Amino acid sequence: MSDQAKRTPLMTEPDPAATPGEAAHRHVHEHDAPTSAAGAPGEVARPAQTIFECKGVNVSYSGTLAVEDVDIDLGLNEITAFIGPSGCGKSTFLRVLNRMNDLIPGAKVEGSVVYHGQDLYARNVDPVQVRKRIGMVFQKPNPFPKSIYDNIAFGPRILGMKGDMDEIVENALRGAALWEDVKDRLKTNAFGMSGGQQQRLCIARALATEPDVLLMDEPCSALDPVSTGKIEDLMLELKERLSIVIVTHNMQQAARVSDRTAFFIVDLSAGEGKRIGKLIEFDETQKIFTNPTDERTEQYVTGKFG
Amino acid sequence: MSTGKQIADAAIANSAIPAPDGTARVKQGAFKSLMYGALALAILGLVLLLGDVFNDGAGKISPELFTNQPSKIRPETSGFQSALIGTVYLMGIVAFLVVPLGVATAIYLEEYADRTKWWNRLVEVNIQNLAGVPSVVYGILGLAFIVRGPLSLGRTIVAGGITLALLVLPVVIIVAREAIRAVPPSIREGSLALGATKWQTIWKQVLPGSIAGIATGVILALSRAIGETAPLLILGAAISPRINPSLDNEVLTAMPLQIFNWTRDSEVDKFLPLAAAAILVLMVVLLMMNSLAIFLRNRYEQKW
Repeated sequence: MSDQAKRTPLMTEPDPAATPGEAAHRHVHEHDAPTSAAGAPGEVARPAQTIFECKGVNVSYSGTLAVEDVDIDLGLNEITAFIGPSGCGKSTFLRVLNRMNDLIPGAKVEGSVVYHGQDLYARNVDPVQVRKRIGMVFQKPNPFPKSIYDNIAFGPRILGMKGDMDEIVENALRGAALWEDVKDRLKTNAFGMSGGQQQRLCIARALATEPDVLLMDEPCSALDPVSTGKIEDLMLELKERLSIVIVTHNMQQAARVSDRTAFFIVDLSAGEGKRIGKLIEFDETQKIFTNPTDERTEQYVTGKFG
Repeated sequence: MSTGKQIADAAIANSAIPAPDGTARVKQGAFKSLMYGALALAILGLVLLLGDVFNDGAGKISPELFTNQPSKIRPETSGFQSALIGTVYLMGIVAFLVVPLGVATAIYLEEYADRTKWWNRLVEVNIQNLAGVPSVVYGILGLAFIVRGPLSLGRTIVAGGITLALLVLPVVIIVAREAIRAVPPSIREGSLALGATKWQTIWKQVLPGSIAGIATGVILALSRAIGETAPLLILGAAISPRINPSLDNEVLTAMPLQIFNWTRDSEVDKFLPLAAAAILVLMVVLLMMNSLAIFLRNRYEQKW
């Protein structure tokens, strides 16, 4: 996709408040806060440049609150990890970022999620346009029941991308470090690949549409350590050209790959049967794992609960 | 206080599998033979029926049977050309109507309908019920609304086709829904996450993934329609017509109708071999259709 195409607004109709030119220039936000916040206690090290700015995000399903009041700024060209115990809403919140929650009947998102200067939940934003730019990799590899080639080509074809399809496919597979493994069997069914290869295929498939954010929902939970290592190396390579948000249950993984880590918790105090996910702490990964501000974060990362 | 050895011994004694006692074995054997008996009875009935039909009709099967028109006077030269053409027309019309309507309805119910809304649940329940309505009722519906009434098509092959299409539509919808539901949600999510629209996802992922199941359902529905007699009788089918049905005449006939006409003829003995031969032809066609359905399912069904 050309730069020009990337700058087209997410809206179905022009928004008088933000012209496309403005939107393109607003995506880099300088913050006054220093990037390293070793100093004042309670001071959070914010990313120097952000891709998402989320304020007061609530997610509810059929009126039941699932995630409450999340304020978080995600860094441009960084890997941000979401960690926390099961049911803490980290996956739910991840799906806020590309409007996948829209697909669940009864799901409602409140608050603001600003991406490239545009609120993703503004009335005139088309969720399909959002997902074109913000790719996603799921917990379980979900290749389409097609050839390896057609799996990659599916996205570019439906988006009407111009260019040599063979080249697009090769670049995407190279980007996911899969080209050497599969270049001789591009026409074979993707279901014949190993789990790790399937997951890298899903990453390649997401890369083929040239997104500028990749959301990963526990991408390695079904994979062996070797495949996991390959995907982690891949993430570190990819962050040169896009921003990555990863949900993981594996704290070592968060510590190994991420620049910043957000710790979520499930709050049961609201009453019987109510499980509300909350963001407890968000900081540089190193700080979260060595010197967290919140006691609960420390207990979690040292394995005392969760 | 029991020692570790005592506990272990007790555990071994308890875990010994008791030998089955005599009465249990007798009961088991009796029940097994009961089931085999039931199966044998069913197969025996079928074999006798088919054997009898084969005995009566096999000698009658000849090329003339397919090329000659039915005759009420000369059983020796009578064929069933008009009925065969009628059945081919009916199948074509039913398939033409049932595939788009059935698949579109199934897509709506599976992919778009909000099940919390009462009208969608009403539609669902009604489709389930319609699948069980006796075919005669569809005949009456066809007579009132298609042959006469609003559509007023007359006793044409198109009227017959529409009636049979309505009859099998619920079955096609139910089977198509099952096939669509078998496509895992993760495939839809994967497609939508790439920026595909809902319609692109349905058209390029869900339908290709469920096409084998849908095709199987359509063929099975057609094989039900091919044997239907009652609704066509109610519409007022022609009796042994010597003209082939076409889109612009009022000749409504089909294989099961021709068989019915031959078996109720006053000179039934003369026409019985013809009816038996027609039954054999219809059976072979049915077997071929069902085999095709099984083949399609085994060859193209997507394993997830």
